[in-house]
Amino acid sequence: MSYLSLENLTITFPTDNGPLTVLDDVCLKINKGEFISLIGHSGCGKSTVLNIVAGLLQSTRGGVLLESREVNDPGPDRAVVFQNHSLLPWLTVYENVRLAVDRVFATSKSKAERHAWTLHNLELVHMSHALERRPAEISGGMKQRVGIARALAMEPKVLLMDEPFGALDSLTRTHMQESLMEIQAALNNTVIMITHDVDEAVLLSDRIVMMTNGPEATVGEILHVDLPRPRDRINLAADPTYNSYRAAVLQFLHERHAKPDVPHSKSATNERPKLKLAAG
Amino acid sequence: MKAAAQKRINQMVQKLTHAALIPLVALFLFLLLWSAIAARIDTSLGKFPGPVQVWQQSQQLITEYKEEQAREAAFYERQEARNAERLKENPDADVTVRPYTGNPTFFDQIGTSLLTVATGFLIASLIAVPIGIVCGMSAPLYQALNPLIQLFKPVSPLAWLPLVTMVVSAVYVSDDPLLAKSFLTSAITVTLCCLWPTIINTTVGVASVDKDLLNVSRVLRLSWFTKTMKIVLPSAMPMIFTGLRLSLGIGWMVLIAAEMLAQNPGLGKFVWDEFQNGSSNSLARIMVAVLAIGFIGFLLDRSMLLLQRRVSWDKSAVLR
Repeated sequence: MSYLSLENLTITFPTDNGPLTVLDDVCLKINKGEFISLIGHSGCGKSTVLNIVAGLLQSTRGGVLLESREVNDPGPDRAVVFQNHSLLPWLTVYENVRLAVDRVFATSKSKAERHAWTLHNLELVHMSHALERRPAEISGGMKQRVGIARALAMEPKVLLMDEPFGALDSLTRTHMQESLMEIQAALNNTVIMITHDVDEAVLLSDRIVMMTNGPEATVGEILHVDLPRPRDRINLAADPTYNSYRAAVLQFLHERHAKPDVPHSKSATNERPKLKLAAG
Repeated sequence: MKAAAQKRINQMVQKLTHAALIPLVALFLFLLLWSAIAARIDTSLGKFPGPVQVWQQSQQLITEYKEEQAREAAFYERQEARNAERLKENPDADVTVRPYTGNPTFFDQIGTSLLTVATGFLIASLIAVPIGIVCGMSAPLYQALNPLIQLFKPVSPLAWLPLVTMVVSAVYVSDDPLLAKSFLTSAITVTLCCLWPTIINTTVGVASVDKDLLNVSRVLRLSWFTKTMKIVLPSAMPMIFTGLRLSLGIGWMVLIAAEMLAQNPGLGKFVWDEFQNGSSNSLARIMVAVLAIGFIGFLLDRSMLLLQRRVSWDKSAVLR
């Protein structure tokens, strides 16, 4: 019995032109402590999968089992790191994390313990220096760090990340990936992360789940990334295994499941998917 | 060092003169235009008052206020002396302190107006903000209430006034009324006109709370109350204040008309009495009231803005 199980997830939205099936029969079994990346073209329903697991959306058919129990509503056991950080702008960095801590550990931790736990989680993401600042006063990368701290502080069974670094510049993104690997090595969380970035997926994941194009998107292929940890991006850059994984993902995205509206050419397959999408 | 400081001071002086000069020139031109046009308008009460007459009448109103104050002080002094004398003759004498019943001065009337508008505005806000919050959070409730809000929003205070007057007369019956009926009528009329902008803006503010923030509250399973206090209200605060400021502005405008008709002893009654009085100074005195109404309205708006700054989490936001 797997830890987290997505069973035949199908979701249909009513639209003006009749019902639209966004996801069709998505099945996925995830083990405890596994890091899963969901990758696919824009609009393929990656976020929808994540939202169903989070409980923010209800599947039309099928369901999600966490430790053999069905999940139907959102809860702190499935913490979400939102793409746009979603910190409350009127609270300080500390207060944002403390809000979650107070809610989740209202009865199980004393006030002093909750304070210490809040500080501990902010320490984990290296944000202890900005406790009293508000989200508007810190950079995008720092906001995302606080968002991650808030999610980690809930001690979730599953950590859900919706393109957590998508809005960051590439240098900051690199730092964030390093931080995330460091945290993951320490905590060994079960993570589902949505990404557009092939390098990010290969670097961070134990398995990469590649999704076919929507509508009626489903799991196309699953790639096991069998690289030893800790992984180092500079050493991996020349590693043939790493590059073969990279190539496999690129091939899936740009040859077999290229977006129909993107002009398809052989020479473009080595490009980063973002660039290619931008061209279309 | 010294030269640099001197230069900075010079720059500041230059900036200040620039900031003050342009409005001052505009004001001067306005006064010129006013006196030029006023001199050409003949009414049955004489020429339309120019800036000079209005200035004189404002001084006159201050003098009258001081005289009235002196009379009041003298009245109490006399009364106290008389009572003391009576007590000296007979320690058991039944002495009463009678309140002074002179004419309300212009400044008393400003006070009454402010009190009336504050009462009406406060009642309206206490009703409108909660209604706006629940309307913003519940789409069916909004659909139910929206037609009513849209129907009552454009109604003039003058249409409400007769109804309010009759209802207050019928319902508020007391031998020793704490509040004058005219005061209640005016305040309730202000309330009825103050409700709508606050309801509408609060509803919009609450309904447009960022969906991601609401998702955060769902993931955290925040209670309805915590969600409202921690997420919805702070997020809707700027819109709520926009509504409150609009409401207060409307309330102040409405009040003058309501006071005229309800005979509440405030600025509206002052204008009405001067109009009925019809002396050669009346128009200038009304003009003083007009300027006072405008200035007080401006101050009310500024104080709401200050309040918003105090309450708002976003100190850097530009508030106008």
